[in-house]
Amino acid sequence: MFKRDLVVVGGGPAGLAAAISAHENGVKDILLLERDQYLGGLLNQCIHTGFGLDYFKEILTGPEYADRFIQKIQAIPDIEIDLRSFVVRLEKDKTLTYLKPGGLHTVRPKALIMATGCREKTREMVHIPGTRPAGIFSAGLAQKLINIEGLLPGKEVVIIGSGDIGLIMARRFTLEGAKVKAIVEIQGSTRGLMRNMVQCVEDFDIPVYFSHKVLKVHGKDRVEKVSVAKVDRAMNEITGTAFDIPCDTVLVSVGLIPENELIEMAGVAIDKKTNSPVSREVNKTSVSGIFVCGNSFKVYDYVDSVTADSELAGKLAAEYIRNRR
Amino acid sequence: MHDVAIIGGGVVGTSIARELSRYRLRVALFEKEAELAFGVSKSNSGIIHPGTQHPPALLKSRLCVQGNRLTKKLAKELGIDFKEVGELVVAFSDEEAKRLKELLRDGRSLGVPGLKIVNRAWLKKNEPNLSGNAVAALYAPTAGIISPYRWVYDFAENAAQNGVEMRIGTKVEKIRSTGSVFEITTSKGVFSATFVINAAGLYADDVARMVGIDDFKITPRRGEEFLLDKKRGHITNHLLFPLPSKISKGILVTRTSDGNPMIGPTSEDVADKEDLSTTAEGLKVVLEGARKLIPSIHENDIIAYFAGLRPVTGEDFIIRHEDKAPGFINVAGIQSPGLTAAPAIALMVVDILKKNSLELKKKAVFHTHRKKEYHLFAIPLEKTKRLIKKDAEYGDIVCRCEMVSAKEVRDAIARGATTMDGIKFRTRAQAGRCHGSFCTTRLVKILAEETKTPITGVTKRGSGSELVKKDRLT
Repeated sequence: MFKRDLVVVGGGPAGLAAAISAHENGVKDILLLERDQYLGGLLNQCIHTGFGLDYFKEILTGPEYADRFIQKIQAIPDIEIDLRSFVVRLEKDKTLTYLKPGGLHTVRPKALIMATGCREKTREMVHIPGTRPAGIFSAGLAQKLINIEGLLPGKEVVIIGSGDIGLIMARRFTLEGAKVKAIVEIQGSTRGLMRNMVQCVEDFDIPVYFSHKVLKVHGKDRVEKVSVAKVDRAMNEITGTAFDIPCDTVLVSVGLIPENELIEMAGVAIDKKTNSPVSREVNKTSVSGIFVCGNSFKVYDYVDSVTADSELAGKLAAEYIRNRR
Repeated sequence: MHDVAIIGGGVVGTSIARELSRYRLRVALFEKEAELAFGVSKSNSGIIHPGTQHPPALLKSRLCVQGNRLTKKLAKELGIDFKEVGELVVAFSDEEAKRLKELLRDGRSLGVPGLKIVNRAWLKKNEPNLSGNAVAALYAPTAGIISPYRWVYDFAENAAQNGVEMRIGTKVEKIRSTGSVFEITTSKGVFSATFVINAAGLYADDVARMVGIDDFKITPRRGEEFLLDKKRGHITNHLLFPLPSKISKGILVTRTSDGNPMIGPTSEDVADKEDLSTTAEGLKVVLEGARKLIPSIHENDIIAYFAGLRPVTGEDFIIRHEDKAPGFINVAGIQSPGLTAAPAIALMVVDILKKNSLELKKKAVFHTHRKKEYHLFAIPLEKTKRLIKKDAEYGDIVCRCEMVSAKEVRDAIARGATTMDGIKFRTRAQAGRCHGSFCTTRLVKILAEETKTPITGVTKRGSGSELVKKDRLT
């Protein structure tokens, strides 16, 4: 078992900023664990611009924003980076067990920063009835398939939910030559940024149905159509308004859930409704020395806010380590 | 030329195949879907019943009790995780409590072991989250849980290991009797066999009609099931049942052998043998029924749902040799407790074959045990450490929600998975809380690589269910 001053779990924008900030605040022994094959997290698949307006005062794409931090962190020898490292167990005393090709390792840091981001809410969590054919994707998965793998998931798309990822993907599919038949949003107005409504939806003439919900997914082996209806204030179907939209793909963009199963395993208090850590002060949790930053602390709209939040976590962790000596 | 042709690759067909593989026979199994278990069996709730749910005079009740005993033994031989968790049939009134006594008497007459009626105090201690409205329950200790599709794959692997030909993706279209053999026309060629065993699930009536037997009809009866997050895995200690009605067990609160609590099923006759849709109404009915047993169950705990179709024909199993079509054996209408009864059904079918002059000579070498695969989620971390030292790819995690490594995925493909659902059923990759959002990309690539197909050819469950429409790079 190895002992370290600081371990950061997650090499996306949150983990990168937190590790760099902790170093700038005096921590000289840092291990960063990233489960994927490269740093950058979700930014790698966000090839659109809109990142860094606040932090760098520039308009950058996701990979460009991530690269600024990746260049910086790779120039810091005190920060050891372990890729393809997947944490499988976390204990209350901060002992972590992680797997990587070729080995299983344990490490116990003085302080721990969790920067594990979010997962997407699935179709099942919002209880859309019907069949379970091929062609149903979370918006993030579709984004990865298109932007990183060069694959086209479908040709006639209906997007459920007007969150930012859904809006971005509406434009993305259109640019790839697919037809986005509709965005169906149960609330009366968009859940995403107005900037995305304009640049992704209005600019591309994509039909949006507010106050509508998807009643059923149809299709035996592949999606064939969805049934949609208008809803009242209580989100119940208004009889007589149902209609079908033929399509071969359904994108689900109905929200993000912070990935906090590891700290929950360690006995850290979690808010059952949001899956975020119960916290009296930003980045702190119910266990002293365990910090959470970025989207796994709170779902932010802008990555610039993630960076700010994570830099604070790095500072707090450095302070905690100093005080423990 | 085969001695026996089995039509249907679900739990019934594959358990018969495994049993027949003991003997010196040429046996072939035909399954029309892209993989085994893709019909009725994949939607099974995975319960190994003690035998308390049906009238004792029925054939299925007898086969259930026998199958329950056989399952425990077979689970060890075939290397599957089988947990004996026990069941409680719960009474909510004095009248229902009286009915429990009848169930107890019936169960004992069938030879169901360990039955006893337990009271409020026992329930409070041993099933603390059970509704306070419960007055008593019938406790049956021999109820267990198993993974229904892994059970099918384990039977099939062992049967194949012992020489059974598995013809998957092969649909039987016509059967003609020449007098001494059956000529079986399939989508992949013509075969012949002396005996045919019809274990075709929802389509057993269609297959029977191919040889002129049309005295039964299969009506699909749909059941919707809802899975809760594993985090809620400890809400029950036993499988919870209400009192059974004439047509169904009622809404149960059980759990899968992988640790997810499960609520359901509904019970609704449908017209289409392929209608596997879930409904908003079904969710309501199931939540209401489940909350009657465990009031703290919440809609937000639900992470997945699916529907299955029971192949219903009358009240009992139809397992018989057809004198009108000598050599043809029907194994039809196998709804609950079919999974439990499967090993006993296999023995009964072998007996029918013997009585109809099939010579059964035991093989000199029969492999009783199957080489188990590893599931990282089911072994302690110390064992995982040793595995990774032996093969580094066990440390390459592909599915984070269920902790599945690339090695397990390749192993599943080597054992027969050719689709994304096949990988899901064998390894649990894509079955966790993110439903494949994280792992799909890698799985698609591994599957394409291992099966030497282009990525656009990777399917969810066979032709027609391709995942992506176009690969920009080709």
